[in-house]
Amino acid sequence: MTDVAAQTSNVASATPDTMAWDSRTRRVVMIYLPLACFVLILLFPFYWMAITSFKPNAELLNYKEHNPFWITSPTLAHIKHLLFDTSYPRWLKTTMMVAIGSTFLSLFASTLAAYAIERLRFRGSPYVGLGIYLAYLVPPSILFIPLATVIVQFGLFDSPLALILVYPTFLVPFCTWLLIGYFKSIPYELEECALVDGATRLQILWRITLPLAVPGLISAGIFSFTLSWNEFIYALAFIQSGANKTVPVAILTELVTGDVYQWGALMAGSLLGSLPVALFYSLFVDYYVSSLTGAVKE
Amino acid sequence: MSVTTLPSRGATLHQPGWLARLFDYKPFLIVMCLAPAIGLLLVFLTYPLGLGIWLAFTDTTIGQRGIYIGLENFQYLLKDPLWWNAVFYSIFYTAVATFGKFALGFWLALLLNNHFPLKSLIRAIVLLPWIVPTVLSALAFWWIYDPQFSIISYLLVDVLHLRDDNVDFLGSPWPARFSLIAANIWRGIPFVAISLLAGLQTISPSLYEAAMLDGATSWQRFRYITFPMMMPILAIVMTFSIIFTFTDFQLVYAITRGGPVNSTHLLATLAFQRGIAGGELGEGAAIAVSMIPFLVFATLFSYFGLARRKWQQGEAND
Repeated sequence: MTDVAAQTSNVASATPDTMAWDSRTRRVVMIYLPLACFVLILLFPFYWMAITSFKPNAELLNYKEHNPFWITSPTLAHIKHLLFDTSYPRWLKTTMMVAIGSTFLSLFASTLAAYAIERLRFRGSPYVGLGIYLAYLVPPSILFIPLATVIVQFGLFDSPLALILVYPTFLVPFCTWLLIGYFKSIPYELEECALVDGATRLQILWRITLPLAVPGLISAGIFSFTLSWNEFIYALAFIQSGANKTVPVAILTELVTGDVYQWGALMAGSLLGSLPVALFYSLFVDYYVSSLTGAVKE
Repeated sequence: MSVTTLPSRGATLHQPGWLARLFDYKPFLIVMCLAPAIGLLLVFLTYPLGLGIWLAFTDTTIGQRGIYIGLENFQYLLKDPLWWNAVFYSIFYTAVATFGKFALGFWLALLLNNHFPLKSLIRAIVLLPWIVPTVLSALAFWWIYDPQFSIISYLLVDVLHLRDDNVDFLGSPWPARFSLIAANIWRGIPFVAISLLAGLQTISPSLYEAAMLDGATSWQRFRYITFPMMMPILAIVMTFSIIFTFTDFQLVYAITRGGPVNSTHLLATLAFQRGIAGGELGEGAAIAVSMIPFLVFATLFSYFGLARRKWQQGEAND
């Protein structure tokens, strides 16, 4: 029943086909087969990453006697090496700290900015909004060299605090635009009622607008967290000492040593480094999709 | 406002201190609300952007304040074959990767727009490459492209018997260039597909019904309904995609670091190599600044070339 309803409401060009002259085989060839290929190719690197992290070195480098697509004797040696012989736990901690810090900083800044632009309308507020949006179009690759000198001037070189302060440059524009869209969807009448009842503007923001904008805040928050977890170029340029590095940078610069690459440990590190965002992602899939598409449509 | 309209009640019920009144004064509140965001952006974005442009005209190195040397850095770059090489590869990389991402991403979006079981699960899985840190998936690609133990070589040589020797993915210039582009396309497909899927879902089914009544084939429906209706969102997604592909850094830095023999340097990796690793901040900044004209051009091209929304969608759309 629900299938029929969903199908009629579906806008795909294939829906009329189904009604007119589609057959089951055609559907399989046109939709399921390509879709299966896409999913296979998009997921294969992760499968390969995961399977490499649990393979003993003997299997890893011998395809003649072992089927490379499967493990015969899985081992935790690579993960053990990573957790106990390297500073991996410390890198994880730094990355987590930086991601959480910059997420909260950008959420704070962009909530206030979005509220001012969308609700406290003033002359020129659209231009401020546009200016913040344009900031999103400035790629980090152009900024990292001068930013490195700025960081040195502030005495923040080699400190995770530098990353917490710098990441908002690409998080704030994104979050602000997401939240402006969200604030727009909250009826203004609610705020007017509160104004009439004698609430101050900040009370309105805190008691009325923010609770209603929680889904938007969650979207912006998880997005910021993911983006700061994944950030690479600033972390590479501003952090020097091995102990203060973030996971993506540390794996590439500390674990890649010598001529013989420790593929098992490298892949285990990549797997563990991807896990927090993947986990986060699986909990909030719908927020991700809505924020991604919402930001694009905005 | 509230305080002025209800003076007596406000005064008797609770006495708003001067601080509360100050925060209810609209101009002050606006400034306070905008201050954190604008402040952060000014200090860590606008100022460095200006500083970067200034640095490009100096001979600053790490640990030494430079002096103004005019266009010398740029003149040097124009004579530098490595810079030209990076310009060429940046454009090539952007063009091929963007084409690949949009062709495959659009296809995937059209596939996902059908109704099938486990749809939301598959949509979630598809977005994974975009969620996971690029460097970490790039490492997986590095391993997949390994000269000796590449799984692709294994498939081609030992399973399918299509080749006699292993593929040398990263050892020589052209294969390395295409290998990087393939990894970039792999990473970019999900973003394009999910964004375009959102666009596809806004197209009214009645348009297709009308076209069906007029006897349009499925290709005609795609060509004359889907494609024009998707133009505005396509323009925005493509602008973003071009900007972030052209200035890409992580993928190349993780997989080849510009090698073999500097053939896969993008402008960003070259800027890093000269500016941070080599310590020539001025020259690195000049390379970074040289990206700006390309970016402005690409943005204008993709935006104004594609975003002709007014006459395509009617005045109702913004």
